[in-house]
Parts: sequence; C-alpha cells; structure tokens
Amino acid sequence: MSTMQVDRSIDARGMPCPGPLMNLIGAIRQGQVGQVFEVLSSDEGSKTDIPAWVAKAKHELVGVVDEDGYARFVVRRAR
Amino acid sequence: MNEQERPLSLVLFSGTDDKLTAAAVLAVGAAAMGRPVHVFLQYYALDAFRASRVCADHGLAPEATAAQAAAVRGHPGQHWSELLGQAKDVGDVDVQACALSMEVYGIGREDLDPLVDGVQGVAAFMASATDGQVVFM
Repeated sequence: MSTMQVDRSIDARGMPCPGPLMNLIGAIRQGQVGQVFEVLSSDEGSKTDIPAWVAKAKHELVGVVDEDGYARFVVRRAR
Repeated sequence: MNEQERPLSLVLFSGTDDKLTAAAVLAVGAAAMGRPVHVFLQYYALDAFRASRVCADHGLAPEATAAQAAAVRGHPGQHWSELLGQAKDVGDVDVQACALSMEVYGIGREDLDPLVDGVQGVAAFMASATDGQVVFM
C-alpha cells in the first residue's frame, strides 16, 4: 500500500468525531470515480465510522494503517 | 445508498449546548449513512434556533458537574449549528419548528435561523416519522 498513488490526502489529525469522516465525504464528493483518498485521523471513532461509511456508500476501503498516534485510511471512490 | 432507509426523527426539547451538540452529532451520522433525518424543535431547543441566539451561550445540562462543564466547554469540537449544516449538506435533513412552541414564544418564521426549514404541527411530524425511531432529547 505504501506505493499506492493517492490523489488527495486529508490531514484531519486533532479533529474530533465526526470531523475526519465528514472531511472524507466532502473530498470524495468533489473528486472523481477511481480516485484514491487518504485521511489521517487521530479520532478513535474514525476506526469504526470510516469503514462503516465506505461500505454503506459502496466505495472501496483500500487499507487502514496504524501510525504513531493516528491511523491512515485509504479509500477509492468506486462510483 | 439508494435503497430507502428508515428515517430518524429527533424531537429536540432541551436547549443547552451539550444536548444540541449531541443531537447534531446523531443527525450528521444518520445523514452520512443515508437515513433521512427529521428534527422537530420544541420549547428550549426552539429558543436556541432563533436567528439572534444561535451563537449565544445556551449553558449545559443540569447534570454537568463543574469539572465536566469545564471539559465540555474546553473541547475544540464544532458548534452544533455547524454540525447540523454539515448534516444537511451530506444528506436529507429536514428541521421543523413546533407550531405550538412558536405560539408560546409569540415568534414567526422570520425570527428563526435559516437552518430551520419550516413550521410544522405535531401530526405532520409524526406522519413524516413513518416507521423509523423517534428520539426525544
């Protein structure tokens, strides 16, 4: 995953729930199908919220990587 | 997200900033997950949605201790009006003022913040709730 091309990266570290998810939704709506989005979040809620929303919205969760003090969520807009 | 989801209906009675924030967070989550959200503003919650008072200090629920109040006030989260605006932006969120409460305060539609979509009677609100949950806060 480290080699994956990311079209847009959102640094939402420090934002409380549901901020990181809302930033991701906003970015995906502005983007295009096939593009890859990355969100950095230190909010614990993101670990459940982002996968739940990605599944519901029928996009693709490419990966979740735990970093030091935050997590990196990589999502491909699928439709 | 095209399948019809059950609506979430929030009846907001309390007008303190903590309860309004909790309600706005629920609205954002439901809207993001594709559920229609109906918000019905009564009494103290309606008062907080007056255009001139949205940004005022609405206090906290009586159960907040001094230490909890300091923690809540010191938290850098978004204001409930901003969260509700985001909910409307990502989903189907309708905010209605309770007609009875409007009469209690003697106010009109023009006195309310633009987040409020209209004035509704209780029967119309219940009709819009259909088979979804109704949550009273």
